[in-house]
Amino acid sequence: MNFLDTLCAWLGATTASQTIKTAEWIIPAVQLVHILAVASVMTSVLMIDLRLLGLRARELTVASTVNRFLPNLWGSLPVLLVTGATLITAEPARTLRNPTFFLKMALLLAAVAVTLTCQLPLRRDATFWERSAGRRRAIRLAAIVSLALWISIVFAGRWIAYTRGA
Amino acid sequence: MLHAWLQSLQDSTLASAIREGDRLFPWIEGAHVLAMTLVIGSIAIVDLRLIGLTSRERGVTQMTTLALPITWSAFVAAVITGGLLFSSNATVYAHNACLQAKLALLGLAGMNMGAYHLLLGKDAAAWRTAALTPWRARVVGGISLCLWIAIAACGRWIGFTLSAHG
Repeated sequence: MNFLDTLCAWLGATTASQTIKTAEWIIPAVQLVHILAVASVMTSVLMIDLRLLGLRARELTVASTVNRFLPNLWGSLPVLLVTGATLITAEPARTLRNPTFFLKMALLLAAVAVTLTCQLPLRRDATFWERSAGRRRAIRLAAIVSLALWISIVFAGRWIAYTRGA
Repeated sequence: MLHAWLQSLQDSTLASAIREGDRLFPWIEGAHVLAMTLVIGSIAIVDLRLIGLTSRERGVTQMTTLALPITWSAFVAAVITGGLLFSSNATVYAHNACLQAKLALLGLAGMNMGAYHLLLGKDAAAWRTAALTPWRARVVGGISLCLWIAIAACGRWIGFTLSAHG
């Protein structure tokens, strides 16, 4: 048995896992909270990225759009981690033996990295990304990459239910 | 009459392809989830502003112009993808209590939106940009938020009552 098999077997035998599995309503309820937190993330990401692309809300500055919506994203991620961890505890093999789950986590790390790269320079200088033609191009590209990554994460999340590990 | 129509919908080439293929259903379902997160997230931006919990430094009108185009585009996408998912097993879905409840709640959400325009439309100019919204606007926002969370819950439960893919 490899490490993941051992982990799945141990986690699946814990009291927490048994309790969640026994009460039928817990898994869908936790999934609902997970999906509502995804709604918060995706809407915030879309608002910010459309503004970075100059497609929407041009009457708001980039900085004020980021200040309004980015805290939603960072506030929702802990909710996603806790609800996600609960779902893994309930059915360890469904995710930990599933390549789609690891794809989703890799995409999540990439999306967080892109978001931080866009956000951090704005702390020192609110107009950082508008200062030169090169930076304006870079931030538009980052917005497209960010949208593509977050959308892929949603699809990967749904595909976890349809793929099983070897 | 209704059953015959559902049966012919279910027997259509597209519905059969969705039902019989391995990949089409999860892809459409992923798109449906994505659209739904954007509908709920963007409506929540308006509802939370109506209740007075967020964005109080910005007018209600500013938040509706920001959010509602996304709400409507995502809603159209959710209806199309939802219709495709429904068609794949129309005769069964039509009798599913969760789906029936979801459609009823969608009707209520529409009526709530109508009430907003009827009750609040006339004197809207007076408070739409004010930091504090009247209590009627708060009630409408609160009802809307509850209805959309219930709609998401029903949607998630359909999957648990009808398919092996939770």
